[in-house]
Amino acid sequence: MESSNIIVLAIVVTSFATFISRLMGAITSEKVSVKSKVFNWFNCVAYSTLAALLGRMIIFPAGVLAESTLIIRILVLFICISIFLYSKKNLVLPTIISAILLFVFTSV
Amino acid sequence: MINSKVFFQGLKSLKGSRSPAIPLAACFIALGALLKDAGFNLQQSAASSLFTYALPGQLVMAESLLVGASILNIFIAVWLVNFRLYPMTVSLFPLLVHKSQPKWKYYLSCHFLAVSSWLIAKDSYKKINKKHRIDFWIGVGVGTWSTAILMTIVGYLSAEYLNKDMMVGLAIVNPVYFFCMMIGAMKNISISIAVIGGAILGPAIYLYTTEWSLLFAGLTAGSIAFVFGEKNGI
Repeated sequence: MESSNIIVLAIVVTSFATFISRLMGAITSEKVSVKSKVFNWFNCVAYSTLAALLGRMIIFPAGVLAESTLIIRILVLFICISIFLYSKKNLVLPTIISAILLFVFTSV
Repeated sequence: MINSKVFFQGLKSLKGSRSPAIPLAACFIALGALLKDAGFNLQQSAASSLFTYALPGQLVMAESLLVGASILNIFIAVWLVNFRLYPMTVSLFPLLVHKSQPKWKYYLSCHFLAVSSWLIAKDSYKKINKKHRIDFWIGVGVGTWSTAILMTIVGYLSAEYLNKDMMVGLAIVNPVYFFCMMIGAMKNISISIAVIGGAILGPAIYLYTTEWSLLFAGLTAGSIAFVFGEKNGI
């Protein structure tokens, strides 16, 4: 198959594989009450799955982030979380500083 | 059909000190540059963010294509990495439901579900009248989704001006932003256990199984957090 066709097919397959989780979620949520235990369980699982993804992104990153060392990534993360907590939960400041810090640390 | 006042209120969440625009821009610029490297053209790169709009899945797709994985392997790998969207949708949409709203709004707008929009909606849904929460969600979703598509295009076009150190700098923005938002969301013990447990178990289980790690870590840490919350009446 031509490489351009493979890319188009990959986009279609990726979009489908992603949308089924979203649509199944929307259908399931019709039967779930906010006050139910099932809702609380889904809420906990959603937060922990997301945290698992983030933990993996920092410890075992895919792509260019793997070019930096683990110590530097963890150091940048802790500095930025401290900025977030000390800046009355401003999110823009720590995110901008994270990029600058990692850029500086990896280029020296 | 859509309450425009509430819709724009959702759209405006892109502004201010809690804005997701910068981290979204950073990660989708990096994605646009990566897709160019992987052999995508501009239209294909934009289409990927338009139709998939889930960064980890798009990264898996691009990396799988680069190593020559089969289409079936790409499907399974993307489904597993994006399966988190299922519990995320189930834990958000019941908060947005109102019997006066048509179902199509929920079925179509579930496409906007991503980490950034989910965290914003969870953070601010209480401020919105229950009847119009879905319109607020559509506003948040349209804002974050269009930012992602636009920035993928910007990243693709600026790929040759971005050196490796700059790309590394851009790549850290996303996890830092989400970690800060998650810490902000730790308002009770069960959510705190879910977040801390997931962050530890995710990389730990990854050592044994790369594809299933998110699912196993999420189910295990989430269930422990739930049981703890139930026992302590939280």
